[in-house]
This record gives sequence, C-alpha cells and structure tokens, in this order.
Amino acid sequence: MTQSSTPILQARGLVKRYGRVTALDQCDFDLHAGEIVAVIGDNGAGKSSLIKAMSGAVVPDEGEILLEGKPVRFNTPTDARAEGIETVYQTLAMSPALSIADNMFMGRELRKPGWRGSVLRQLDRARMEQISRDKLSELGLMTIQNINQAVETLSGGQRQGVAVARAAAFGSKVIILDEPTAALGVKESRRVLELILDVRSRGIPIVLISHNMPHVFEVADRIHVHRLGKRLCVIDPKDYTMSDAVAFMTGAKDAPLAA
Amino acid sequence: MASENYEAASNRAEGVAQFGESRRGALAKLQHALHVNPALVPLFVLLVSIAVFGLLLGSRFFSPFAMTLILQQVQIVGIVAAAQSLVILTAGIDLSVGAIAVISSVIMGQFTFRYGVPVEVSVACGLLVGTAIGALNGFLVARMKLPPFIVTLGMWQIVLAANFLYSQNETIRSQAIEAEAPLLQFLGTTFKIGADADGRGGATFTYGVIAMVLIVVVLAYALRQTAWGRHVYAVGDDPEAAQLSGVNVNRTIISVYALTGFICAIAGWALIGRIGSVSPTSGQLLNIESITAVVIGGISLFGGRGSIAGTFFGALIVGVFTLGLRLAGADAQWTYLLIGVLIIAAVAVDQWIRKVSA
Repeated sequence: MTQSSTPILQARGLVKRYGRVTALDQCDFDLHAGEIVAVIGDNGAGKSSLIKAMSGAVVPDEGEILLEGKPVRFNTPTDARAEGIETVYQTLAMSPALSIADNMFMGRELRKPGWRGSVLRQLDRARMEQISRDKLSELGLMTIQNINQAVETLSGGQRQGVAVARAAAFGSKVIILDEPTAALGVKESRRVLELILDVRSRGIPIVLISHNMPHVFEVADRIHVHRLGKRLCVIDPKDYTMSDAVAFMTGAKDAPLAA
Repeated sequence: MASENYEAASNRAEGVAQFGESRRGALAKLQHALHVNPALVPLFVLLVSIAVFGLLLGSRFFSPFAMTLILQQVQIVGIVAAAQSLVILTAGIDLSVGAIAVISSVIMGQFTFRYGVPVEVSVACGLLVGTAIGALNGFLVARMKLPPFIVTLGMWQIVLAANFLYSQNETIRSQAIEAEAPLLQFLGTTFKIGADADGRGGATFTYGVIAMVLIVVVLAYALRQTAWGRHVYAVGDDPEAAQLSGVNVNRTIISVYALTGFICAIAGWALIGRIGSVSPTSGQLLNIESITAVVIGGISLFGGRGSIAGTFFGALIVGVFTLGLRLAGADAQWTYLLIGVLIIAAVAVDQWIRKVSA
C-alpha cells in the first residue's frame, strides 16, 4: 500500500512521564486511510500509554496528536469519541447486566422525537434496537438475534463482537482495539480477526494492540514496533518473520534503517 | 416473550460461527426468566402470601378494607424503600434515609410553628433540606470516593443528632397542626371507595398511598425509559465501564443520592400525615425496614440489578405478613422471624440468578 496523502491519525513527539518513569519519549505514530497498523512491544515499552494518549484516556505532557492533519487535544475518552475515534478496551467497558442495545448506545442514547423525547426524556428504544441489530448483522453477527439479551449471557467472543460493532457503529474515523483476542479461544479469536478485516473493508482504519504475533501478522498491513517509549521502526509483515519482529521488540536485533 | 426469542435465536444459529448456545430444561428457563425480570419472585411471594392469608382468615383479611389498610401501613416504608432502591442500584446503601425523613418533617413543623413561616414555604424548605442532605451524601461518595456505608452511617448520626438539637425534643401536637397548618397532614387525608352508609368498610386510601404509588410509577419509568435510568444501572454494574462508555458517573451518583434525599423528605411529610403530629423520635426503624423491602424485592445489594416494582412488592409482602399474622392472633415475633427467612431466601435467589452468566 502506498500512502501519499496525509495520515488519518498522527502523533508527533509525544512525551508522558509518571514521576521519574518516562513512559513515552518523543514518540511518533502514523495511521493511514484504510489500513490496519499493529502496535507491538514488550511489557512496559509504553504501548498502552501511546494508545491511551490517542484515545483520550491520558493527556500527554508534550507533543501533539493530529487527526486528518489538524491538531486535536483530548482530555477525556469522550473528547476522542466526539472526533470519531472509538476504542475497544481490553476490559470491553460494557455493563454485563444491561442489554446489547443498552450497551451499544450507553452514553449516547437516542431520545424519541417530539415532546415525549424532550419533555419526558423518553428513550427511542425501537430505533436503538433497530440500529444495533443492523450493525450486528452488517458485521455478520447474525446469530445474536435478541438484542435485548443481557451482555453477560453472551460468550466471550460474542461480547468482543458487540464491543467491536459498537466501535464500528460510531467510530467514523479510527478504531483502536486493545488486545481483542487476549481472552478468547482459538475459534472465537478467528471470528474476531475476521471481524477486524471486515471493519477495515468498510474503510475504517484500525490500530491493533496485540501480544499475539500470529494474529498480528495475519491482519496487520504495517507493524509499529514500540521500544523504550518510542517508535523503533515500522515493518511490513510480508518482509519480516515473526521472530524478526520479536527480536526488534526485545532489542536482540537492530532495527532496519527505513521501513 | 423475550425468552422465546432467545430460544428461537439459538435454534436458528447457523452459518459462520456457532455463537448461539441453547439452554434447555425448565429450571434453566426459569433462571433466565428471573434474570430478565427479577421482580417476578417477590410478585409470586406476594400473591401466594395474600392467597394463604385469604384462605386462613377469609373475609377478615380478604376485604377491600384490609387490603387498603396494608397499603396505608406500608406507605412510609414504601416511599423510603423506593428511594433506597435507587441508591442500592448504584451499588451503594443509604443508612441516613430515616434520619432525612424525620428531620424534613421536623423542619416542616418547626418552620411553621416556631417562625410562623407560611406552611407551603415550610414544606418546600423541608423538601429542600432533604434534597441537600442527599446531595451532600452523593458528593462525599462520588467526589471524595468515600464508601457509601460509612458516609451514610455518619450522616445518619449527624442528622439525627441535629434533629434532636434543633427540635429540642419537642413534639408538635396533632390538634395544633389540624387547627393551624392542615397542609402538614395533607398526605394523611383519607378517602373511601365503596364504604357502607355509616362509612364503615370499603377501600380506604390516603394521599400518602397515592404518593407512594406515583413515586414508584415515576421512578419505574425513569429507570426504564430514560438515559438517566440506564446510567444508574450501568454505574451500579461497573462504574469504570460506564465511565469509559461516556457516562458521567459522578453526576449520576450525586443525582441519585439527591433524589433519594428528596423522596425521603416526601416520606417525612407523609409521616406527619400518618401519625398526625411532628415528632423527632418517629421513623426510627425506616432504615432497616426500607433495606428489608429492597432486598425482599429482589434488588441486588451488589448493584445494577433489580427493579423498583420489586421493591414495591417487597414492601407489600412485609405489610401482608404483618397484618395477616396480627389478624391470625400470632405473636408479633413470628412476623420478624418470617421476614428474616424471606431476606435470606431473597439474597440466595439473587445469587442463583446471577449465575446465569456463568
């Protein structure tokens, strides 16, 4: 894939310090239209700080984040969401006892038109359920038929599916997935990977954080190797093997000069 | 209906991945139905207990008069329990509900009689103070991150002591209220439907009973049909997840405690109607009784699960047992014993329902 246009999401010189620990040290990041960029790195390399900075969960001390070339500043995850960046957290951030539809629209509920919405503040359940159903069907999660089912009655893979569908439904520009397959079995991981490719085919670029090298090499277009708080290199999974990637990430091998 | 859809859906599971899982067996279906609608248990217990007492006691119990008497007897607890439900849904607990109700009633009375404030204004002040105390609880829980049990335990003592200090332990007598400020007793006003010519028997209601039913209906609507209600459940379920989903957790918690304070103040007003006088020593058992009604009503003390209808049924169950056993001539201790059994059974059922997710 060749990219001549401006990246959708960029980070330039991000710095984040926690006391004497520097989690991000002049870190850069690029995500172009229609691609999946995987972020890999050893524990403590600062990947989560980078992701949190881009999803609004952490405010960087220095540096800037550019969305479609324009500088943006996120103080909360809600700010990032308002700009079209959706994050699927490792914990999924869903309320187990509430229904799929409730969870999909949590924090951005639709109200009925007219006085019932404005005076009685009544939710437009029918419309929220319809949209939820449509989004799940679009992503091939047809086996979830009852949109009013509590999320806790779903399997791990289904929950992940709902969380991805929620992000895809509202993430107009970027979707960030944090360890989406970490808690899943082989079959369910497969389904979620298909889902990720499906979302990309809809034209939404994805940032994927994962420890699972086979998964990363299967779906990523480019791999951002994170080491000691900064971008070490960006590699094309077609040019390198998984053991190369691990070697870069742990410092066993020097990074290639240009990616 | 929902469970049928679910079953149908799992039967139709086809194609790409077999995500659907089919659950069979009557017990599993019951567990699922209760999971969807946890108020079914207290409703069932309520209907059975009415039927049993009706069969044992005949028309003495099974009459419009006795049935509506139960409503009158549970009105105060019912209102406070509705408020308590909100807090417990957020995985909190409010031990200051009784104290808020009492101090609100004392303020309504003392403002009127000590300072000569117009009674309408006094009532408004009482409601306002109740709301403010609730909001302070909410602030301490949400912003200061203090445990709700400790905050409201402290507030209970503070408010109760303030109540005695301020009222100087004085009771405002019923006759004085009736003569000078009848609005204070407004919620105690009774009206009858279907009484005989001498005004005996028939269904007897008070405005306090109507207020209780209205509060339950409005809260049920708000919890089910508004974004705020969904946020209350989400916050009780998993506050971090709710925050990441874009819910303003602190604002939701503060609003819940403030609303609880407001509803408790209404209970304080109804209390004046019920006992006729304004007494700083009234309503001492409201804490425990409200929590009892909530628990029997199937609301989970761990938050995020249950419905306000369940609480209403829970309060009525206590009322039915109390009146039924009294009419049957049993020792009042039997009531407490049976209520204790119900509480433990209700929590056991809650744990079982939660397992549906496993």
